[in-house]
Amino acid sequence: MTKKKLIYAALLAAIVFVAIASPALATGEQVKAIKGVRFIDLKLWYAVFLFIVGFIGGLVSGFIGSGGAFVLTPGMMSLGVPGAVAVASNMCHKFPKALVGAIKRHKYGQVDLKLGLMLGISASVGVEIGVKIMQYVQQMWGDAGSNLYVSFAFVVVLITVGGYVFYDAWRITKRGGLDIVPKLAMRLQKINIPPMVNLKTANVRISAWFTIPLGIATGMLAATIAVGGFIGVPGMIYLIGASSLVASATELVIAFVMGLTGSIEWALVGMIDIRLTLLILAGSLFGIHLGAIGTTYVKEHMIKVVMGTIMLIVALSRGFAIPKYTNQLGLTSIADSSVKLMSNISFGIMVFALSLGAIIILSSMIKAMRKKPSEIREEVMDFEGAADETA
Amino acid sequence: MAKSPGRIKKKPYLKALLFGITSAGLYWVVFTHEAFVKNHWGKGGIYAVLPIATAFLFSFIHGSFTNHFYSVLGIEAKKK
Repeated sequence: MTKKKLIYAALLAAIVFVAIASPALATGEQVKAIKGVRFIDLKLWYAVFLFIVGFIGGLVSGFIGSGGAFVLTPGMMSLGVPGAVAVASNMCHKFPKALVGAIKRHKYGQVDLKLGLMLGISASVGVEIGVKIMQYVQQMWGDAGSNLYVSFAFVVVLITVGGYVFYDAWRITKRGGLDIVPKLAMRLQKINIPPMVNLKTANVRISAWFTIPLGIATGMLAATIAVGGFIGVPGMIYLIGASSLVASATELVIAFVMGLTGSIEWALVGMIDIRLTLLILAGSLFGIHLGAIGTTYVKEHMIKVVMGTIMLIVALSRGFAIPKYTNQLGLTSIADSSVKLMSNISFGIMVFALSLGAIIILSSMIKAMRKKPSEIREEVMDFEGAADETA
Repeated sequence: MAKSPGRIKKKPYLKALLFGITSAGLYWVVFTHEAFVKNHWGKGGIYAVLPIATAFLFSFIHGSFTNHFYSVLGIEAKKK
């Protein structure tokens, strides 16, 4: 047992050192680009805004394993915070939040630590690859090209993966909440390519050659759209065969590893505004506990419902942001006033996506808490009936 | 909510209060010394340890407070 813990600790230390040893890549470039004030003067309503968005983001993260960053970063930028400082300050709140959430959900027996660390390590490599691609795109097509690439990745990944997650959640709801291991995951589990990994909490035995690409893809997506969980959680469910509960809880371990390594890079170049980080953290630590508690009350497929809903609405929001960049690249010539309106609509939809996710979580949690024991018994009997029919 | 038969679980009022006061105190210290914090925590290099350590410290203190806060309110995980 102690040996295992030592191995985990050594692996974690290795990731941190690898990440620090690698040059600060995009970090350095973005720092050079900042002219003028790095850290803004705070107003009271900024603090209130960050606390509230932090709470909602924390609630969603505690429940589905990720979320919040896609609203927090542009939200801070709209307050006048430079882009690099917004990304850095958001990243620095992500790892302590994920740590608190992972510990909480580990107590509920939902975290597969081995899977989380394996994916966390490969995700750190994926981040480096993702950053290299981003740098290449920026060199070739400038800021507008880079932003268009990010929006395009957002829309394609979120519609494809989010659409499937939502469809799956709808199918499970029709079956009365009965979730089954996806066929693709079962096929992958049967392929015996050493080294095979036994994942106790996930109750899965799978080749490491299938977990590594998933981790890399998660990291690459995190480097591109800042929300790696949108591919990490569905990947753990549909490729590895982990349950929604285990996948969403394990994602918090990945978020901690990636968040810590990323924060160290940003801290080394002095881009973290700790005041912003602490204000977001004040709200998000209230949220993350509530989200984690919520997973013990609601039916498991609610995780897929919330995740699919958020992903699809966010994809729509990014669609509205695209004309701004196509204009900048000279591909379209839409009036500036229309582009500005569409950018505002885009941000509004993102806020709506996060808020709707929080409303679904809270309402289903309150509903489950109010249920009488007799109602729960009836539901269990219906569920068992559906399981027999499926078998 | 989290009651076991014949035994009522005590609510952690004292822990919630202690961690709550400590957390509020830490926030008070940071925001009353804003200029100092802004200058030193954003220096980079060896000073990188300051924001990282602060984030860990707040996650422990404020995280413990929020945890006990929900326990005091009776909002706890469902027993399986």
